[in-house]
Amino acid sequence: MQSETLTLLTILGMALVTYSTRAGGFWLMGLVTPSPRIEAWLKQIPGAVLVAIIAPTILTSSIAETLAAVATILVAIRTKNVLIAMLVGIATVALLRLMIK
Amino acid sequence: MAIQKATNSENEATIGEKMTFTFSGVLLGAKRAIPLALSVCAVGVAFGVLSRQARLSVIDALLMSGLVYAGASQFVALSLWTAIPFPVIAIILTTFIVNMRHMLMGASLRPWYAKLSPWKVYTTVFFMVDESWALTMSDFAKGGRDAGFLLGSGFTLYLAWVSSTLIGRTAGAWIQNPAQWGLDFAFTAVFAALLVGMWKGKSNLLPWVVAAVVAVAAAHWLPGKWYILLGGIAGSAVGAFTDAK
Repeated sequence: MQSETLTLLTILGMALVTYSTRAGGFWLMGLVTPSPRIEAWLKQIPGAVLVAIIAPTILTSSIAETLAAVATILVAIRTKNVLIAMLVGIATVALLRLMIK
Repeated sequence: MAIQKATNSENEATIGEKMTFTFSGVLLGAKRAIPLALSVCAVGVAFGVLSRQARLSVIDALLMSGLVYAGASQFVALSLWTAIPFPVIAIILTTFIVNMRHMLMGASLRPWYAKLSPWKVYTTVFFMVDESWALTMSDFAKGGRDAGFLLGSGFTLYLAWVSSTLIGRTAGAWIQNPAQWGLDFAFTAVFAALLVGMWKGKSNLLPWVVAAVVAVAAAHWLPGKWYILLGGIAGSAVGAFTDAK
């Protein structure tokens, strides 16, 4: 087993590189001259990143996740309420997993 | 949450001028993050339980959650923790790679946070996680202009993460599998619901389809979290070319 000092240094190293990723993107964009193309790119980042986060779960895990995502999106469109949509999504996935088993 | 469209006349050059950073903005963000804090707790407890199995001390588990505060990378680190000899470089390098997606999120903050004092910005980003960033971007898309929102939502989730790590590390044996209750789906559900509010019409269609296809392919062929970074870059890059006037 490793020494306590080494453990601490490893955690500090992890903290440092993680903070550099949080601060780095903002800092780097300050060095770039804004252009319409860059503005369009920045505007598209949030949607594209969120789609990338959820697509594998929704499309490739099981029918429960796919249907629960459809239910979540329909409720979100209808109610415009993220909290209600989240609760419906969680309930749907829990129920479908019980039924599929 | 009320949906209000931002005025179209705003562009990146002027948007920074309109941003404020107030305590009520911090509070609003904190309030909006409370439902998500529950799911963060479920994951934090799981991390606490595993940290014990990886033989981290209580203090080390708390330090990791408090200083790194990035769930996915912490789980990956635990999986390497018991290797002999202790793989310091591998752990730090993997942490960096898993968290590279933060750079994309930070870049997207630039137009909104450019005019704020660096002190505020670089403190706020310490607390930025996927969930608080997504809530904030959704709030800005609906017309919110208070930069404190990101700090408030991030800090709420930070408290949830660190306290649930402690609970899992010390009392974890009693807690059952969160997947049984569908809690693991909470993040997916929130992100799907937030996407509905971000839909601005046909200009999003191609970038989102590309992001989904690339993410699914990358999740299949590559380890870890590369799929988020690659899908996000591919989708937004397509948007940059189809959107720019």
